[in-house]
Amino acid sequence: MASSVTPTPLLKDELDIVIPTIRNLDFLEMWRPFFQPYHLIIVQDGDPSKVIKVPEGFDYELYNRNDINRILGPKSSCISFKDSACRCFGYMVSKKKYIFTIDDDCFVAKDPSGNDINALEQHIKNLLSPSTPFFFNTLYDPYREGADFVRGYPFSLREGVPTAVSHGLWLNIPDYDAPTQLVKPRERNTRFVDAVLTIPKGTLFPMCGMNLAFDRELIGPAMYFGLMGDGQPIGRYDDMWAGWCIKVICDHLGLGVKTGLPYIWHSKASNPFVNLKKEYKGIYWQEELIPFFQAATLPKECTTVQSCYKELSKQVKAKLGKVDDYFNKLADAMLTWIEAWDELNPSKQLAKGK
Amino acid sequence: MSPASVNDNEVDIVIVVKDPDAKQVKIPEGFDVRVYTESDIVKVVGSSKAFLFSGYSSRYFGYLISNKKYIISIDDDCSPAKTKDGDFVDIVAYHLNNLKTPATPFFFDTLYDPYQKGSDFVRGYPFSLRSGVPCALSCGLWLNFADYDAPTQALKPDMRNTRYVDAVLTVPLKSMMPMSGVNIAFDRELVGPAMLPALKEGKVRWETMEDVWCGLVVKTVCDHLKLGVKSGIPYVWRNEKGSAIDSLKKEWEGVKLMEDAVPFFETLRLSPSSVTAEDCVVEIAAAVKERLGSTHAVFVSAAEAMAEWVKLWKAVRSLDH
Repeated sequence: MASSVTPTPLLKDELDIVIPTIRNLDFLEMWRPFFQPYHLIIVQDGDPSKVIKVPEGFDYELYNRNDINRILGPKSSCISFKDSACRCFGYMVSKKKYIFTIDDDCFVAKDPSGNDINALEQHIKNLLSPSTPFFFNTLYDPYREGADFVRGYPFSLREGVPTAVSHGLWLNIPDYDAPTQLVKPRERNTRFVDAVLTIPKGTLFPMCGMNLAFDRELIGPAMYFGLMGDGQPIGRYDDMWAGWCIKVICDHLGLGVKTGLPYIWHSKASNPFVNLKKEYKGIYWQEELIPFFQAATLPKECTTVQSCYKELSKQVKAKLGKVDDYFNKLADAMLTWIEAWDELNPSKQLAKGK
Repeated sequence: MSPASVNDNEVDIVIVVKDPDAKQVKIPEGFDVRVYTESDIVKVVGSSKAFLFSGYSSRYFGYLISNKKYIISIDDDCSPAKTKDGDFVDIVAYHLNNLKTPATPFFFDTLYDPYQKGSDFVRGYPFSLRSGVPCALSCGLWLNFADYDAPTQALKPDMRNTRYVDAVLTVPLKSMMPMSGVNIAFDRELVGPAMLPALKEGKVRWETMEDVWCGLVVKTVCDHLKLGVKSGIPYVWRNEKGSAIDSLKKEWEGVKLMEDAVPFFETLRLSPSSVTAEDCVVEIAAAVKERLGSTHAVFVSAAEAMAEWVKLWKAVRSLDH
């Protein structure tokens, strides 16, 4: 007899959905049963004079480039233009505890039984249950129904830590880089892996921003998606950059990052040649970036996300500035982002809760 | 799933080591099998060392005398599981596939094992890390009776594992894990010396930590030697054996031991001069004696057992040449 399952809270007044876009948001029709209760923050990239059509019945606020410039003034320089990295502006202006962000080419997926997957509900479950970064549980997330800690798992570690990030996956078009796309243009992800797991402490991962949720109060200030797109030498590394930063900070602050369910259906494969141009510097640079993040340590005096992030930006400048001048600019932008974040979010000290 | 082809000369599965305390062993017809009894064990290791191979630890004798590259080992309360499509899981094919494809301990691939068909490295995965490292250990899982400890199973007596997670993944560098001896496979040539009997207690899995301890040792060795450990498929179907409540009544030291063992392994760093699995085990044994010996006598005997094991391993190896 299974223990009764508590229904997942909707959190409709505590969660914002952030969507970056340059086109009409017809994709929301499919998500309506799951998204309609929530407030949307739409960040319109590209030409601000274009009118973005949002289906009826959704409660939303929309920001285009003019709005971003008006609200942030000179600090708007840290927000990317002509790249979905601009979505992080949405994180900054939100007043909610949780953020869910999704790309506009992502649709509702079906589980192996053929039922529609409520991705948002699964993200909420992931965020509301603890993570277990200090010891690997071979049955994956022990807090899921039907699972638990296995024999040998230390009892003192079974309380877990708060979950800061829930990283979802994608069926159909997988999130491959351009070289892999070129070599395997027809490959589709058809494997439904029914698991959520905590990424262990000390392990980095490639964070994809297509289907992502996080606790803004725990980690928001570190979710800066960097300088990409127009006027920048690189693209398609926005979420990667944020993912490496948040993981170092989560590891330092004792917060958890989960990956796995939920799946969404990723419908559109972007052009691999365009992607290659955007990514190619990143492909070389990441060989320096990964050792940098793997070795990065933060002093114990850094007890807030902001102080961790500022310290990280110092280290970026000191150690990556010599890789390319871009990293000097990025380090400055990281500081600008924190200043802007603190200006727009002045009332609460966003410290690690404990 | 594309299981690797199975080469008879590479893998040992059917070596039966009769637990010295067990009665008769009946083996069905048709298996190419070798059976070893207590007197065989004594012949090889001497009567003073035979104690290492009792209970669940009798299997380690099989690891010792095998001359194959791969070992697959399961408990006798396991039967074949079925995939979601209703096919029987061929654990030999899956374990060999895990061992014969590289592992990726240095960076997490969010699509789990990039070497499986239909999978690959995702965007953002450094190219220099895409060749991976050899996989030394493949830890499978269990449907029906999962490998829970006695308190957990006693608290939830009707809980069964019904979730078939169709993935295998590399356990990342420096991440510790509880290895379950119920369903494993390993490359003897790479980590044989580290698959060792050290803790000896318990007649049912709920009363033993020998595999958990072994797993901490093996993972430390693999991390140091840049080898991989995978966890996930294949599944076995595990049946009930023993009583969780009865196991609770016994004085169960294992739980307390883990609280000391885990911080020890977390901070353990092996020296660069340890370049083989044997070297690593000897170094770990010395560290166990020095740093954990004063905590509990069990650690002292574990350290001694580990050192003895390496001597035995080397002795048996030298007989082969």
